[in-house]
Amino acid sequence: MSTMLLEAKNICAYYGATQVLHGLDLSIAEGGITTLLGANGAGKTTMLRSVCGMVRTTGNVRFRGREIAGEATEDIVRLGIAHVPEGRGTFVRLTVEENLHLGAITHSNKAETAADVERVFGYFPRLRERYRQQAGTLSGGEQQMLAIGRALMLRPTLMLLDEPSFGLAPIIVEEVFTILKQMNEREKVSIFLVEQNAALALDLADHAYLLETGRVVMTGPARELREDENIRRAYLGY
Amino acid sequence: MELFLHQVLAGIATGGIYACMALAIVMIYQAIDHLNFAQGEMAMFSTFIAWQLIQWEVPYWAAFFMTLAISFAGGYLIERLIMRPIHNAPILSHVALFIALFAVINSLAGFIWEYQIKSFPTPFGTHSLLGEGLISGHDAGMVGVTVAMLVFLFLFFRYTRIGLAMRAAAANPESARLVGIRVEWMLALGWGMAASIGAIAGMLIAPVVFLEPNMMGSILLYGFAGAVVGGLTSPGGAVVGGVLVGVIENLAGTFIPYIGRELKLSIALALIVFVLTVKPSGLFGRSVVHRV
Amino acid sequence: MKTRSPFTDLIAFFGALAIALAPYWRWLVFCLVLLIVLPLPFLVKNFFVFQLTLAMIYAIAILGLNLLTGFNGQFSLGHSAFYAIGAYTAAILMDQYGVAYYWTLPIAGIVCFGAGFLFGLPALRLEGIYLALATFALAVAMPQILKLSPIEHWTGGVQGIVIIKPNAPFGLPLNPDRWLYYFTLAVTLVLFLCAYNLVSSRTGRAMKAIRDNAIAANAMGINLSLYKSLTFGVSAFYTGVAGALGGIVVQFVAPDSFTFALSVALFVGLVVGGVGSIAGALFGAWFVLFVPNIAEHVSKGLAGAVYGIMLILLIYLMPSGLAGLVRLVVMRFAKAAR
Repeated sequence: MSTMLLEAKNICAYYGATQVLHGLDLSIAEGGITTLLGANGAGKTTMLRSVCGMVRTTGNVRFRGREIAGEATEDIVRLGIAHVPEGRGTFVRLTVEENLHLGAITHSNKAETAADVERVFGYFPRLRERYRQQAGTLSGGEQQMLAIGRALMLRPTLMLLDEPSFGLAPIIVEEVFTILKQMNEREKVSIFLVEQNAALALDLADHAYLLETGRVVMTGPARELREDENIRRAYLGY
Repeated sequence: MELFLHQVLAGIATGGIYACMALAIVMIYQAIDHLNFAQGEMAMFSTFIAWQLIQWEVPYWAAFFMTLAISFAGGYLIERLIMRPIHNAPILSHVALFIALFAVINSLAGFIWEYQIKSFPTPFGTHSLLGEGLISGHDAGMVGVTVAMLVFLFLFFRYTRIGLAMRAAAANPESARLVGIRVEWMLALGWGMAASIGAIAGMLIAPVVFLEPNMMGSILLYGFAGAVVGGLTSPGGAVVGGVLVGVIENLAGTFIPYIGRELKLSIALALIVFVLTVKPSGLFGRSVVHRV
Repeated sequence: MKTRSPFTDLIAFFGALAIALAPYWRWLVFCLVLLIVLPLPFLVKNFFVFQLTLAMIYAIAILGLNLLTGFNGQFSLGHSAFYAIGAYTAAILMDQYGVAYYWTLPIAGIVCFGAGFLFGLPALRLEGIYLALATFALAVAMPQILKLSPIEHWTGGVQGIVIIKPNAPFGLPLNPDRWLYYFTLAVTLVLFLCAYNLVSSRTGRAMKAIRDNAIAANAMGINLSLYKSLTFGVSAFYTGVAGALGGIVVQFVAPDSFTFALSVALFVGLVVGGVGSIAGALFGAWFVLFVPNIAEHVSKGLAGAVYGIMLILLIYLMPSGLAGLVRLVVMRFAKAAR
């Protein structure tokens, strides 16, 4: 039995006194793209935050066989998990350059950082034009690209993305998702994607989970879920 | 005309004090995204420590650097022990805590060293430089040290990795964690640095205004005025702002009829309000654009 | 087997009563407080009555600040200025124009409303830390302005104005201190009730909407400029009335009674009582009035340090003020009762 890249068992998450996740089991295989679907309030964002130690959680989370539940976010991140949060999490007062450099701040030297920045430009040429601009002045799509670029600077093994399509024009979303696919293939970074836009996510992903009010109600290869009657009606609209 | 020039120079001399304080204020604002009302008291306390060391026969420069180190440690400890428990509390609680710190430090200083004014030595000499009573060696030295600190801070924040990390931690702690920055350490570091800068400010100011527990009260106010005028996001602006405040205050005091000694303070305040209404981000500050 | 006795019946009865009355606990507490508060002046020394009156006055001032900062999200460190304006208005009216003390309250209130509104207009452009600085400037400037020579013959300059304490009306058998206590109590109850109504009304919801998300509030059609300036005015009204009362009770107004330290005290009272809580203002007033005294008793030389430490402890234990703690306790109790 191959070890999964990320294994979460019996995850219960709490915001104060309110329980949001009820005993989730999830695993992410190395190299692929896994997506977590569900309606608003299902607990998808909470799941990502649980992985990164940003919300009070009970249960086990193993990354590459090592238990990370209960550790501090910054320590988890240093193990190779990059999280592109809901709302992008851009440092709006800093420049694009500084935002990207921050992605590399824990590990590399000048030469490596410069090479990594070039790589990000390879995926997102628009960021090169905006290099010295204040990040807060970028458009929504550009900020999303910047957020993903920053995550890439971390040279992660696993990238968590929280609703990257949110608030973006469809044509930009397509662009971003194409780039994510390229990234997954070229950089060998596994992706764990939370999305409300089920159609897009199921097209991109290999494996999918469906979440409803804090519980996994269905899981399987993405292709299967795409064909499933109930999912088609509830989430794909046909 | 000569009187004007004279007052301008005198204003620059006092402005140097305010610039120094303004720099410390902006420094901590950059590090922790808050204005620390207890900053003046911390600077005062550090100066007393230096004074005590000098009383114990420690040579000036040794005492100076020892005080810097002690202040750094003090600032670091205050952040870790006192500010830590309320990290997630609303901003009003933070402000209340600053006020409490102010009370504690002020009272402690008065208790340990009493309220009689003491003189504090200057390493720059007190003789006048440009003719009688215009600018003394100390005044020039003060401006010089402030500018040197400014350059150091600029380089530190702009070009070092740890400076960038500190700015990120202050601006957006959650995102900073997501790139692996140990936010708690950055905050504590920021406090340590701000405490050291405050100590330098105190040790430069004390020779002029004399050392006593309440010496920083109005200086803090002028420092705020300078920081606001220059722009809270710009250390360089803070220095310029501080000097400007000194000059304007002096000119107003000399040339406008009703402004006697007491109202000089109000000038500083009128300045703050004026700048805030016309250009809230200050002369050199960057206004932050938020796209909704 | 448990036998029924009159004793267990009694317990069952009171238990049921408690559970039935629990939702009305606010009213019960209020009645209890009234029962204690009404006969108090006859049970304690005159000086303590004076202090209790001051506590109520501070509570009104803190409530004013709360309306602005707690309910509307506008930071103010300048309320000592409005308190001063209220106090001086009352003093000048009584001293120079012979106005009766009870008329000075509404007049002082209206004057301060105007002042607050006028200050609120340019303040519209300022946020958070910048508004704090501007109001800080106002607070520090006020004593200086009050000492200005051109207006000295009104303000009495550095020496201020002395006010004669009013006697009880209709020949009631109350000494001036006790009468002022009841007078202040009545004013306090009226003002607190009005504040409670305001906050629960549509206007109050608009105020809170502005605090929570100004952009969204604006998008929903709430006129930001109008509401924010009005709130400033109302807030100043309250603190101004408190100032007028304060001047009358203390019998004296002078520039140095209204320094920034007063603004700090009001602010601390706000945080300790609980932002966004009307009843909390009373607790906050108690804290800022009595804790400094207690601190001095503990250690004359380190009074400030003791005060600061007590404040720090309070913030650790009750980061949302006393009101926050009460809310927490009530929630736990409600959960347990289910």
